[in-house]
Amino acid sequence: MVTAGTEDALIHARGLVKRFGELVAVDAVDFDLKRGEAFGFLGPNGAGKTSTMRMIGCVSPVTDGTLRVLGLDPAKDGVEIRGRLGVVPQEDSLDLELTVRENIVVYGRYFGLPRSVLKQRADELLEFVELSDRADDRVEPLSGGMKRRLTIARSLINEPEVLLLDEPTTGLDPQARHVVWDRLYRLKRRGVTLLLTTHYMDEAEQLCDRLVVMDKGRIVAEGSPRELIERYSTREVVELRFADDDGQPDDLGYWTDGLVTRVEPLPDRVLLYTDSGDAAAHGIHERGLVPDSVLVRRSTLEDVFLHLTGRTLIE
Amino acid sequence: MSSYTLPLRPLEFFFAQYRRVWRGTAISSVITPVVFLLAFGFGLGRLVDRTADLPDGITYLEFVAPGLLAATAMQIATFEGSWPVLSAIKWSRQYHAMLATPLRVVDVLAGHQAFIAFRMVMTSSVYLAAIAAFGAVNSPLGILAIPVTVLVGLAFAAPIAAWGAYTQTDQSFVAIFRFGILPMFLFSGTFFPIERLPGVLEVVAYVTPLWHGVDLCRQLTLGDVDPASAAVHLAYLIGFSSLGLVVAYFSYRRRLVV
Repeated sequence: MVTAGTEDALIHARGLVKRFGELVAVDAVDFDLKRGEAFGFLGPNGAGKTSTMRMIGCVSPVTDGTLRVLGLDPAKDGVEIRGRLGVVPQEDSLDLELTVRENIVVYGRYFGLPRSVLKQRADELLEFVELSDRADDRVEPLSGGMKRRLTIARSLINEPEVLLLDEPTTGLDPQARHVVWDRLYRLKRRGVTLLLTTHYMDEAEQLCDRLVVMDKGRIVAEGSPRELIERYSTREVVELRFADDDGQPDDLGYWTDGLVTRVEPLPDRVLLYTDSGDAAAHGIHERGLVPDSVLVRRSTLEDVFLHLTGRTLIE
Repeated sequence: MSSYTLPLRPLEFFFAQYRRVWRGTAISSVITPVVFLLAFGFGLGRLVDRTADLPDGITYLEFVAPGLLAATAMQIATFEGSWPVLSAIKWSRQYHAMLATPLRVVDVLAGHQAFIAFRMVMTSSVYLAAIAAFGAVNSPLGILAIPVTVLVGLAFAAPIAAWGAYTQTDQSFVAIFRFGILPMFLFSGTFFPIERLPGVLEVVAYVTPLWHGVDLCRQLTLGDVDPASAAVHLAYLIGFSSLGLVVAYFSYRRRLVV
């Protein structure tokens, strides 16, 4: 029998640990990233996603465990590994005084690429991220979404084998997020391997073939978005809101008994997990419980996270 | 891909930045020496030349010009090692951009310091041409003052960069200029021989890298080189800047590799 070994994985981690003094940021995580897939780390702020990314990007030393990136050891082969990765950091590191094109070309020179190659690639990449008309403008006045797209273009200058994206759309307005997602989706279709962290469940659902859910430095679940929802949640969710805190009945079990799989009371609403939301909503109504509002929706990764950790992703 | 070109690659960034501002710095590096030379060389110099006993009958202009050359190198290098270093870590985060590529911490430091060395060569060349035009360079050996200002620059830029990579805010930089750089500018032999200083301060002046730079530049532009003391100056400047670079390297690592 042939199993996928270390050599097939672009990134391979076993028992990977990152400690800052007493603080354990990453607590013995295992994962493998295969060529061509889009893999995500989903979790709230402080879950250890960025620390994991920085170890993979060979800018932060591994405290303990095994990490192989492109089959190489970050402790010894950082220069070579970084030369084959693309990195979109969480905080922009563009130079605001330089032009859009200069930012890309200067960055390309860090990889030792010749100017002639860089000129051509910069033009192509700016076209890809729809910034060609701003090529010779300074970066400073650009919008947040444009800067993010420029950072993505810059990260592709060395034609990386894996693209690392740390919270790629944090801080962007919804429209700018969709433009970024669209570009990343195109990269994925071209076969670029993506590794991203996010605390947005919609981002993970849109982009990731496979993801791990991280909480407090540990991986608590792994699978495709659909698998995770099937495994840890029901098909549908009924959200009940009550006029005020006192309006929320204490004996939820009595009202929902036999109608739903699971009840999750939150401070501002009650979630009912069930495979048929309409039937459950109807049943509760018949028993005489009248909430302020009733919303039936599909399960999301947010529900998965809530089930696994008892907390919401964005607090 | 050979690793020996790595320390040169960050230069691309600093040159790209410099291309945006070089006109301004070129103008100020001409105007500043001219203003100082007019004020001290001619204004004060007229007064001093009548009364002072400068060695070997040189004019005050000839005395003060090489001092200003070294002192200017110190000021520019100190500036370049302070705000730009902290900015590349905290604000523009350009060091982080560099470290995400094949570049290592040692390349980032070496590249930045190499750029500062380049700035020294540019500024000192303009300055030297200006003071030569005022007739204050007596010997072709004066051209060697340019590499000396590079060493003076590194002797300041490297330790300041070590601090710039350590500190969290830029508040200390103004204090460094006011209480470190300005006194050195005034009391390290730029404007008068340090033998005129009271005993303790004279010893302090001997320890500053600026005095070694000033005296060496002066020997060169006057064409009156004393091999023994010149060798001491050179060794001191090389030692001081090398030590500064080592400290800066560890400071960079501590801040950037976490």
